[in-house]
Amino acid sequence: MRPGDVLGSFKKKFGASVSKAEITRFENSGVGKADAGGDFSQGFFPVGKKASVERLWISVERYSFKEAVKHLCGLYEMPHFSVIAGCDLGETIELNYIFTLGYGTKFGELCVVLKVALPKKDLVVPTITDLVPAALISEREIQEMLGVKVQGIPDARRLFLPEEFPKGVFPWRRDSKGPERLVRNLNREEAK
Amino acid sequence: MKRAIKRGKSFGEAKAGKDAEAGRGTPEGIAEPVKKEIEGNSFSLSVGPVHPALKEPVRFNLEIEGEKVAKVDFEMSQAHRGIEWMGTRRNPVQIIHLAERICGICNICHSMAFCRAVEGIAGIEVPERAQYIRTIVAELERIHSHILWAGVAAHELGFDSVMHYTWKMRETILDIIEALTGNRITKGMIMIGGVRRDIDEKQAANIRQGLEFYRKGFGKLCGIFMKDPVIRARTKGIGILSRKDALAFSAVGPTARASGVEKDVRQDEPYAAYPALDVRAITPKDALGEINGDVFDRIVVRLLEVKQSIELIEKSLKQMPEGKIVHEEKAVKLLADLKNAKGEGIGRLEAPRGEVIHYVRLVGEEAPFCWKVRAPTYNNLLPWGPMLLGAQIADVPIIAASTDPCMSCANRAVAVEGGNERVFDNEAMHRLSVEKTRALRGQLK
Repeated sequence: MRPGDVLGSFKKKFGASVSKAEITRFENSGVGKADAGGDFSQGFFPVGKKASVERLWISVERYSFKEAVKHLCGLYEMPHFSVIAGCDLGETIELNYIFTLGYGTKFGELCVVLKVALPKKDLVVPTITDLVPAALISEREIQEMLGVKVQGIPDARRLFLPEEFPKGVFPWRRDSKGPERLVRNLNREEAK
Repeated sequence: MKRAIKRGKSFGEAKAGKDAEAGRGTPEGIAEPVKKEIEGNSFSLSVGPVHPALKEPVRFNLEIEGEKVAKVDFEMSQAHRGIEWMGTRRNPVQIIHLAERICGICNICHSMAFCRAVEGIAGIEVPERAQYIRTIVAELERIHSHILWAGVAAHELGFDSVMHYTWKMRETILDIIEALTGNRITKGMIMIGGVRRDIDEKQAANIRQGLEFYRKGFGKLCGIFMKDPVIRARTKGIGILSRKDALAFSAVGPTARASGVEKDVRQDEPYAAYPALDVRAITPKDALGEINGDVFDRIVVRLLEVKQSIELIEKSLKQMPEGKIVHEEKAVKLLADLKNAKGEGIGRLEAPRGEVIHYVRLVGEEAPFCWKVRAPTYNNLLPWGPMLLGAQIADVPIIAASTDPCMSCANRAVAVEGGNERVFDNEAMHRLSVEKTRALRGQLK
């Protein structure tokens, strides 16, 4: 799986709804040696040079996000779902869906990150559990940690937060809905 | 308890009796919440929840029909420590210490994954010698983890003498790690841009000697687990995870490999010194010639990986070049460099239990803006659905332990039957498993 090919297929299919795309390259990820007897024939990095790793970051609009995941499913047997990392960026909340393709092949794996930005006024994202069942746990997590509503999630219960945790407080948020007030009160309790 | 029944939704419901007999579920099953109320002969069994060893202590709510599990549900939480939140208030060097405390066993993996993410963002070059030292320590950790797990599995099956034997074997690796790093468990070895301590000739000789001990003991360990008729009878054909389910639920590590998914970050996206070591993902096919995806296969994969780790450490010791062990020795200068770094990075590597992923976002401040940790057990939770479906109650502990979830979950269990409560504590649950082993042993002799 080469990042350029994957990105090309995304650009061809989605055009303008791929708002930003980037391939980052991490040189010196590991040592590479010609005499090690490894099979470097796939040409992922030249013999004798240091091993490098590439990552593909694709920003997609929300309306075409589900189609993008479907497209990803078509590229390999089954994309391996890792996790959703969510960031509160102030105006928007950015969800990073981390997938890997091409596992099971030597030097052939590629990490693809699909980014979706959600405006704070309308925090809704469609579920992908019908395409990638493994996403259920992560979707439950972002729902409770960021207050993002996952539309069509088959199991909307809380995951890590206890049942008595106050409603409307989202631990990963950095605005007024974040946990700061809870933490301040916690310190006050301790001072007593 | 009853409340748990009412709001229970299952991750996998046996569609027909046949599926339950075969111990398999369908991934499609997870999309449908279970609507029917519990009726007839079924009753629910709650196993768990609190075990301090795991980030996600798990409580199982199993619906039982007769002796078989008909519905699987589990709850996490109880001990979420908010480590990621704490990390966004510390500088990257402080986070290394925090990351090491995510998991007692995989402490090298978490700190290394975090460092790799940061190194990727800041473009820090790790010296070659440090890459080899990282590999050696990570592989020592893998041997330690797998042997520890073998003891836990033996205990779950009722073979306590085997447990004591394996844990005695594990002592040697702890001694090596102590001589190398100063600590038996939490190693404090990894630093952004390299490692903290070098391996000198004396220590290398010590490691070689220890590996020789494992090479000798390995045959006996294999003999115990692979040839003993009772262990075979207890583990063959139970807790089956098909390749399709392993892919659908994105299982990782030995759990995925035992189901025939040849997924190993050391092979797919090699890091540290692995590109030069020629690693291949191990599946049960290598020893058995076939893949069943049952508990026995998971044992076989872990045993073979111990052997693989021994070879990898020996190769590393041979190939390791001389040189520096860290990119920047002065922490103040390193932190100043990191403060200027901006961007997002992902650090991935293969921990003993599977793939670890750290996502880090630096925005030019002292502390990272975002830090997300994905431990292997996180992805190995959903596969419990198909594994436990159709299993006997006595097999629940070993199936749950077979994914190596950092815990033996059966520390408390309550069964409700027609308003009458039958209380199983962890001893009773364990006793059920031991009794099954004894009964089998009687039959087999």
